[in-house]
Amino acid sequence: MTLPNDPLPLIREKALWMRRQAFRMVHEAQLGHPGGDFSATDILATLYFGVLRHDPEDPRAPGRDRFIMSKGHATGAIYTALAAAGFFPEEWLDTYMKPRSLLNGHPNRNYLPGIETNTGPLGHGFPVAVGIAIAGQMDKAGFRTFVLTGDGELQEGSNWEAAMTAGHRRLSHLTLVVDRNRLQQGAGTEETNGLDPLDDKFRAFGWHVEQVDGHDHAALLDVLGAPIGDRAKPLCVIADTVKGKGVSFMENKASWHHGVPNAQQFEQAMKELV
Amino acid sequence: MTMAQPAPQQAGLYDCREAWAATLETLAAQDPRIVAVVNDSVGSSKLGGFQKAFPERLVNVGIAEQTMVGVGAGLANGGKVPFVSAAACFLTGRALEQVKADVAYSNVNVKLVGQSSGIAYGELGPTHHSIEDLAWLRPLTNLTVIVPSDPWETAEAIRWAAAHEGPVFIRVSRMPVPELDVPNRRFQAGKAEMVRDGGDLAIIASGTTVHLAAEAADRLAREGVRARVLNMATISPLDRDAVLAAAGTGAIVTVEEANVHGGLGSAVAEVTSQNRPVPIEMVGFPGFLPTGSVEWLFEEYGLSPEGIASAARRALARKGA
Repeated sequence: MTLPNDPLPLIREKALWMRRQAFRMVHEAQLGHPGGDFSATDILATLYFGVLRHDPEDPRAPGRDRFIMSKGHATGAIYTALAAAGFFPEEWLDTYMKPRSLLNGHPNRNYLPGIETNTGPLGHGFPVAVGIAIAGQMDKAGFRTFVLTGDGELQEGSNWEAAMTAGHRRLSHLTLVVDRNRLQQGAGTEETNGLDPLDDKFRAFGWHVEQVDGHDHAALLDVLGAPIGDRAKPLCVIADTVKGKGVSFMENKASWHHGVPNAQQFEQAMKELV
Repeated sequence: MTMAQPAPQQAGLYDCREAWAATLETLAAQDPRIVAVVNDSVGSSKLGGFQKAFPERLVNVGIAEQTMVGVGAGLANGGKVPFVSAAACFLTGRALEQVKADVAYSNVNVKLVGQSSGIAYGELGPTHHSIEDLAWLRPLTNLTVIVPSDPWETAEAIRWAAAHEGPVFIRVSRMPVPELDVPNRRFQAGKAEMVRDGGDLAIIASGTTVHLAAEAADRLAREGVRARVLNMATISPLDRDAVLAAAGTGAIVTVEEANVHGGLGSAVAEVTSQNRPVPIEMVGFPGFLPTGSVEWLFEEYGLSPEGIASAARRALARKGA
């Protein structure tokens, strides 16, 4: 896809559309993870409409940039991003979680174009992204690999194996984005099994670290779209986000991790998401 | 993790890891997509030669099995044909969810090679034995599970896996085994191989136990019993036709260097019990094993010509009962 000179208006428009569609899907299915969908939406909109070089007509082109949704439960975000980018028809979103739907509660690469690996259990997408980046490094292929994890997800040890390997191998074409909404399913990350100082941890593992407002499209675009240049390390972007971002009664509430709206809440959210 | 030294080789007996490593090196010379992924297991996987020949194509992630398997899946995404090679106990046990989600469910072109499988680590005990692997891997959709019986079949299985598009698990043994004495062999994934023909009962064996089953059949022949011996190298998908034909003899013995709960014996029983019920005697291991050498454990649990022949006699006694 060709990126516009100023992608910010498009990113803003798509992010709003994604939130409205995702909440519609979750309301209809009475299933999903809307809190995490909304914390990740601006990151995905920025990637798909401002950063990734991909072709929805040829979703497995060898030279494509890869995006791995390691927090696979946030299907409202990834499915709406892929539909918005043209990987599959928007009408497919209406089948979300229905019997035999291609839109399972967690993404399946064999069902949907644009999905690189099947995620769902946490701590899986990051090591796979490292493997993809190693393949690219071996071939000097030039494509970039982006992986999005939740912050609570980083409590899984497999991520730190992957972080060590990426740092050791200086995988400059790999970018990890951490959706740092500071809430996991049951409570805050810091009261559950604290991650701070997260930036120092990644620096110690051999990464270049940037911290941004994960809802500021311009800031995200600056850091995610910046050329690799002479950076000889993988890039970790800690995106400070708000779980449930965009809907007043959902923001910063762990209960909206997998909470679903009733009719009144749905109407209220649609009034706010404009 | 501590690795014991390989058992001394005797004349006419082979460590299948040599066949695996030589085959991989040959294939890698022909196909630049082939890479190896290891967890500090270059030596125990006999990949020193590969490392020397293709240093850029050996990815050693260190002692990190979950990332090892995930990285394998990523390399496949990037167009490589990765052979992920590690001690079978750690590859399957430690990284089981990665094998399930990243490899089998994602249905990607990763080859998992479990080295020193079964009870090869003998005295090092149940933490290092890999006898639960078949039960863990057999139900995973898309994953072909192969347990070769000797060096020739190990090499054939590796070659087949490299050519096959899809996930494969291959057990490689370091136990000294002879080349099977079967004329005109041709490896076919998913097909049983007839090692001895006979109609009184069928012995279905896999891996390091096939040559023992053949010896058991020779013993039974001297007693006037004609035992069919099948080499069931592919555990999943199972050769149902061969199993049902075996059930036609009226009695079955299964033999495996694995836990009998969920392995080859269970796979055979799933087919026969629902289609053609016959008495089955399962030779294998009951669970965590006591301290002992490989040789002692094989004898103690009846993985021997006499142990298998005894199981055959028990099965025959139950035949038609």
